[in-house]
Amino acid sequence: MTLLAVEGLNKAFGGVVAARDVTFALSAGEMLAIIGPNGAGKSTTFNMVGGQLRPDTGRVVLAGQDITGQPPRQVCRMGVGRTFQVAQTFLSMSVVGNVQMALIAHHGRTRDMVADAARLYRDDALALLARVGMEGEADRPIGELAYGDVKRVELAIALAAAPRLLLMDEPTAGMAPRERAALMQLTADIARGGGIGVLFTEHDMDAVFAHADRILVLVRGEVIAEGTPEEVRANPEVQRVYLGTSGHKAALRARRAAHG
Amino acid sequence: MDVGFIVVQSLSGLASASALFIIASGLTLVFGVTRIVNFAHGSFYMLGAYIAVTVVPWLLEIDRSPTLFFTGVLISAIAVGVLGVLMELLLLRRLYKVPELFQLLATFGVVLMVQDAVLKIWGPVDIPGPRAPGLRHGVEILGQRFPAYELFLIVIGPAVLGLLWLLMHRTRFGILIRAATRDREMVGALGVNQAMLFTGTLFLGAALAGLGGALQIPRVSASSQMDLSIITEAFVVTVIGGMGSVPGAFLAAVLIGQLQAFGVLVFPKITLVLVFLLMAAVLVVKPWGLLGRPEAAAGRAALPEGILAVRGFGRVEKLIAGLAIAAMLAVPVFGDAYTVKVATEVLIFALAAFSLNFLVGNGGIVSFGHAAYFGLGAYAAGLLVTKGGLPMEPALLAAPIAGGLFAALFGFFVVRLSGIYLAMLTLAFAQIAYAVCFQWVEVTGGDNGVVGVWPSAWAASRQVYHYVVAACAILAIIALRRVVYAPFGATLRAARDSEQRADAIGIDVRTHRWLAFTLAGGAAGLAGGLYAFSKGSIDPTLLAIPLSVDFLAMILLGGIQTVMGAVAGAAAFHTIKDIFMPLTDFWRFLLGASIIALVLVFPRGLAGAFAGWRA
Repeated sequence: MTLLAVEGLNKAFGGVVAARDVTFALSAGEMLAIIGPNGAGKSTTFNMVGGQLRPDTGRVVLAGQDITGQPPRQVCRMGVGRTFQVAQTFLSMSVVGNVQMALIAHHGRTRDMVADAARLYRDDALALLARVGMEGEADRPIGELAYGDVKRVELAIALAAAPRLLLMDEPTAGMAPRERAALMQLTADIARGGGIGVLFTEHDMDAVFAHADRILVLVRGEVIAEGTPEEVRANPEVQRVYLGTSGHKAALRARRAAHG
Repeated sequence: MDVGFIVVQSLSGLASASALFIIASGLTLVFGVTRIVNFAHGSFYMLGAYIAVTVVPWLLEIDRSPTLFFTGVLISAIAVGVLGVLMELLLLRRLYKVPELFQLLATFGVVLMVQDAVLKIWGPVDIPGPRAPGLRHGVEILGQRFPAYELFLIVIGPAVLGLLWLLMHRTRFGILIRAATRDREMVGALGVNQAMLFTGTLFLGAALAGLGGALQIPRVSASSQMDLSIITEAFVVTVIGGMGSVPGAFLAAVLIGQLQAFGVLVFPKITLVLVFLLMAAVLVVKPWGLLGRPEAAAGRAALPEGILAVRGFGRVEKLIAGLAIAAMLAVPVFGDAYTVKVATEVLIFALAAFSLNFLVGNGGIVSFGHAAYFGLGAYAAGLLVTKGGLPMEPALLAAPIAGGLFAALFGFFVVRLSGIYLAMLTLAFAQIAYAVCFQWVEVTGGDNGVVGVWPSAWAASRQVYHYVVAACAILAIIALRRVVYAPFGATLRAARDSEQRADAIGIDVRTHRWLAFTLAGGAAGLAGGLYAFSKGSIDPTLLAIPLSVDFLAMILLGGIQTVMGAVAGAAAFHTIKDIFMPLTDFWRFLLGASIIALVLVFPRGLAGAFAGWRA
């Protein structure tokens, strides 16, 4: 079943076309990677889906509902969780406090002026932290965590809204290689286990070819190829403009390592 | 209205615009490079005028020539520039890493010190300046006489703009100024000597303020009130033009000059209001001013300035809170009338400061005009009693409603902005409220205010009224504290920590901030109402900038990182002020020096020091 349908998105900044007729679809439980060289329009496309940018033309449809141009908070309420390239968390709060805050927002209780916020949804928050393996750090200030752990907490925050779709902008940027593999594996397990669609951009080809079900290749704002990792790897156009020969070999290696 | 009149009116608007631009250009340059909003810029302007009325007549004794007149003006500007360098070396240099709010407060400390210094050196009487030789005559324009000096001012503004343009585009120093305005970190990374750049900028900025002041002397006498009146106008010009943009400041000055010149014909009483309305309108459409650009987002995540972890009271805190409340309740039993008065005021200011820190510390919403809601609450209560003939009880109910309603109205615009623009807009709204109370004499009694705001008969004694205040203030603080710990308070902290993340988890940041602003305004309004009855009168100082600054000093002294710090800060600040003010003629100097010392030595406030000591 199609969870997310993106139809003919266009976006120009002044004279620069950042997205030209970008069209793709994503099913529940599927992981779709957007790759492309710097300035290809990955983040632009991403932000148009997430509501941070309004497309010039085109539609974004989530589970049959048009969400084009809705602000992020509305997109979130429609069932889209998101993580950012540079992790965005509430630095004054504890790890569990961050997730509790997301749960408070999800349950629409942000205007409650009486209840004790520290006790609200604590068990639910701990359960979410357990899913990302962070329950042991629940009461530490989030600013004390290693960056890889912050990214895991951010995933728990995104999951608090019980999303149908996860948007992850370079989920492994700034992380050590071992952490990267672990986070991508965790994301893949959660997505497939919960039937959550994942749309992610990534520069790390190991992560992309090891975990994506399908890959979308953007170059100068245009989709030049789309398909399974095998198809994309075999596409001569992609090899020429993007992967290069060494990238091609790295992709093969990654695939072998992940699937024996 | 004939054409000649309109032309002359427009010309006089241009003359004011020129003068305003020269001053504002210095402010905007200094902000662009140092990111410090310099309240003391108005003091530089005042010093320019005072130095000029001293130096210029002395030079004119030698020879009444235009050359010597303008030599005197230039000497004054350079002298003020040197004072600017001193301020950079002694104070600003230590402030660059301090949060904006504290920088603003520290420069306001300088304002207070300069005010007393000027009174000491030049005395309290306004000093008229000499008229400019060669420019004393009038010029006939379309049948109307127009002063030649005003025509000269019209020319000098664009001339300064042109010189600044040459400086900014043709010299290394100017190019560095523009680069630093764009991206200060990058300029530092490129190995530019930042200390020299900052000192040089302060010289230029202060000299421009001094020049503006010195050029004014044929038009207005040098007086010790000219600093604060010009600084709000200069703020408005820089904000409308876009902070850091010199051409923007020129454009804004011309707009404001014309608006004032013609506004005075249509609405003679509310020209100030027109100016601030223009600013509000511009900021809503262009949140960074006409020619300004958005602050480059900080790449790294920084710990927010304000309340961090909220924890419930431990045993020690419960004991302290219990003792404090008991002491407040015991004052009427043991204390004399004066002590009761001070204790009543401490309670009132504690509530006002607590409501301000609810915005600043908890929400990251730096309001620079919180006294507006305090004062509007006081005026609502006071006017209902004196003009409306209502008793105290309904009037006290109306105070928080008035504070809240005006906060809701102003807050609707305020929450659309952030950072320094937000602070400036809160200041502007406070000045609008002040101007209305000051100028609407028939209703508000103008400068004198209204007397006879007395409590109902049963609460007429100081002692009983103290208990009325204690009940209202303590309950309101407890309620507001509850909100800090509640999901609403947490949501405000979340939005302060990361607006992007808050948005992505489904929080409507703007609406929540608006509610918080309204709530804090309501609490401040209640405090103002209580204050009106304790004083028995209302007057415009209750909404003026100095009171807003007092509130900020209270929360700074208490520490904005803690929930209860504001209460301790209010108690300490008010008591100290009450003890020292009568002892010296230079209390402003002392207060200013204390604020600066506080920012430099005690940046985390009393409660922060307490927390550090406990840890």
